Amino acid sequence: MEYKAPVEAYTGVVREVTIGKGKKSLKIGGENILPFHVFDQGSNPNPAKFALEVLDMKPEDWPEHLVEPFWDVISDPVKWAKKCQDFAVDAVSLFLMSTDPAVKNAPADKAAALAKEVAEAINVPLIVYGSGDEKKDVEVLSKVAELCDGMNLLIGPALKENYEAVGKAILDHGHTAIAQTPLDINLLKELNVKLSKFFPPDRIVIDSLSPALGYGMEYGFSLMERVKQIGIMTKDSMTMMPIIANIGGECWKTKQAKENKEQGLLWEGITALSLLLAGANIIVLRHPETLKLVRETIKAR
Amino acid sequence: MPIAGSEIVKMLPGRKPCKDCGFPTCFAFAMKLASGGASVDKCPYLSKEVKAKLVDLLAPPIKLVTIGSRENAVKIGNEEVVYRHEKTFVHKPGIALLISDKDDNAKIEEKIKKIKELQFPWVGVTLKADLLALYFESGRKDKFLALVKKVYGSTDLGMVLISKDMDALFAARDICADRRPLLYPITKENIDKAIPKIKANLTPVGLRGEGVEELIPLTTRLKEAGIEGLVLDPGSKNLMEAIRDQTFIRRAALKQGFKPLGYPTIAFPCFMAKGGLKEIMVASTFVTKWAGVIVLSDFDQYSLLPLLVQRLNIYTDPRFPMAVQQKYYEVGEPDEHSPVLVTSNWALTYFLVSSAVEATKIPAYICVKDAEGLGVLTAWAAGKFSGDSVGAFIKKCGIGDRVKHRKLIIPGKVARIKGELEEALNREWEVIVGPRETTGIAAFLPGVAKELKGLS
Repeated sequence: MEYKAPVEAYTGVVREVTIGKGKKSLKIGGENILPFHVFDQGSNPNPAKFALEVLDMKPEDWPEHLVEPFWDVISDPVKWAKKCQDFAVDAVSLFLMSTDPAVKNAPADKAAALAKEVAEAINVPLIVYGSGDEKKDVEVLSKVAELCDGMNLLIGPALKENYEAVGKAILDHGHTAIAQTPLDINLLKELNVKLSKFFPPDRIVIDSLSPALGYGMEYGFSLMERVKQIGIMTKDSMTMMPIIANIGGECWKTKQAKENKEQGLLWEGITALSLLLAGANIIVLRHPETLKLVRETIKAR
Repeated sequence: MPIAGSEIVKMLPGRKPCKDCGFPTCFAFAMKLASGGASVDKCPYLSKEVKAKLVDLLAPPIKLVTIGSRENAVKIGNEEVVYRHEKTFVHKPGIALLISDKDDNAKIEEKIKKIKELQFPWVGVTLKADLLALYFESGRKDKFLALVKKVYGSTDLGMVLISKDMDALFAARDICADRRPLLYPITKENIDKAIPKIKANLTPVGLRGEGVEELIPLTTRLKEAGIEGLVLDPGSKNLMEAIRDQTFIRRAALKQGFKPLGYPTIAFPCFMAKGGLKEIMVASTFVTKWAGVIVLSDFDQYSLLPLLVQRLNIYTDPRFPMAVQQKYYEVGEPDEHSPVLVTSNWALTYFLVSSAVEATKIPAYICVKDAEGLGVLTAWAAGKFSGDSVGAFIKKCGIGDRVKHRKLIIPGKVARIKGELEEALNREWEVIVGPRETTGIAAFLPGVAKELKGLS
């Protein structure tokens, strides 16, 4: 039996999604190969992208080694976002945590004004995550979309409970949507189908939720691997969207990440790298040193 | 590529049922062979050629190789799928710690101590590294052999012996052959001389080629010589090459049924990344991308744990939800006034609840009810988390003896069991409906805890 290198070729292509406008824009997705499979037939025009997360309020439970890179700006989200640029980020992700009714229940107006200020202050595209409260987010994300009209932010999460209202605001004001479902491929496809009825699929980014290493990472990993494969190998239109892995919060709330810096960086770094290998197109991290570590690890090609 | 029983039966003698194999007919025997439940040897009437062909056809597509002995044996290979969601990964890679014979005595002692002592309890299992890789680097054979003797004498672990000098390699093997060390590297340059020496005292063999294709003539030759405990190193120079090479080997073995590449692999982050966190990151890629043995230059407690947890995660069988044991768990140091929560025993549910509770810094009890590894809502729908069954569990788990109060927090998603549960607990407990999602625990728990304290 002769050996023939098992090179594969597929018919599906992940939609290329643009975030931001003009000079401040970024493309994700667009690949017709599995993650890092540059040896197969096809290509990935937009290799993995990285964002750092900024909170809209001073974090209270962060370990010192996570606060350290931003200690001087940690109470000022605008300065914090600007400082992220020192670490060669592709995007900044603003988490509107304070709007959560269970946290501070901060008003939507204030959150939207901050989002706009941050978006204008940085030279990279902005991702905005609401608190995840399905009711409050309708108000908050709609306001963000309206106030930042035309800036093409990546805004989410649009959930099965609120995708109509949230999706409409995102669409009306020229932004891109994060469609989020909890670790289930059927729910994921269902939401994309529903959203696509009125929302252009090439402006949807999938967030299938990404548990941290040791806390269910394998579920996120295998789901992402399947989503990517179903899209690329079987050309399922409703999974051919780029994937965002928002892992910073999940990783840094673990005891292991808080306990020791080195362990924390690896906790976040291994989670990130595993999900990149599974198919994430953009990763949101908290520690700039993790970003550097993951980037350097995958740089060799 | 599995072969069907109906194909196998054509190769069997098909004489009048002799039943010498222990089965009533050749067909029954063939079916058993196909499912892996019988050995070809059981049929005494097969020609040598047919027997060899059958053994080959029935062999798993990736050979099972064992390094080390007894309770420290590391089994690798015998994998059936490329992606874990297709079925499951089976034999997790052995993590090896490299010791060079150039290391001074203190360093050697430290590493031996480290691999013995760094063990981590993690949800019911103990995580630890598995192997020592001994590296002939000094140029002095006596030094290398002294290292091998020392490690052999002071640990029970399996070993990888790394030496380009064949005399030193086989001399080292002779010291510890009963421990089934992996000999590395056998290459196209040394294979001719090596074959008789390998056969003299058979242990697993690691092959190195410059690229995947160079490995093929090597495995073919060794197999012809009767040496089949092989481990492959395609000589990948960086991470991207490594992903390509590991993918090609895995696909060739599983999708093409290409036997000459049907062996587990060995990877050397120790030579690719040279220390630090990056080396662990490279190693984690090999955990995901199918390596059988992963050799590290060094680690400490903080870098080893994340890698071992990742290995556990990736090698968890996705067909069976990971479940935790039914009992009450303590978060922090709870006392008789601490809150009591109840949830189902899907590991992910438990992790999320316990880490959310932990984040509040409020000591509490989490009663984990066996729901066959299902999440709360699914478990309720399947009748595994009904008010009656949760009530019975709360009564017998002993939590009533640990707290003075009688307030029980249930997940918001199963608010509807409140009445039935209170009934099942003879109205001795007040059931409080908690948040629907674990993210709500941060806001919910402090109020309850304060109230319970106030009662005391």
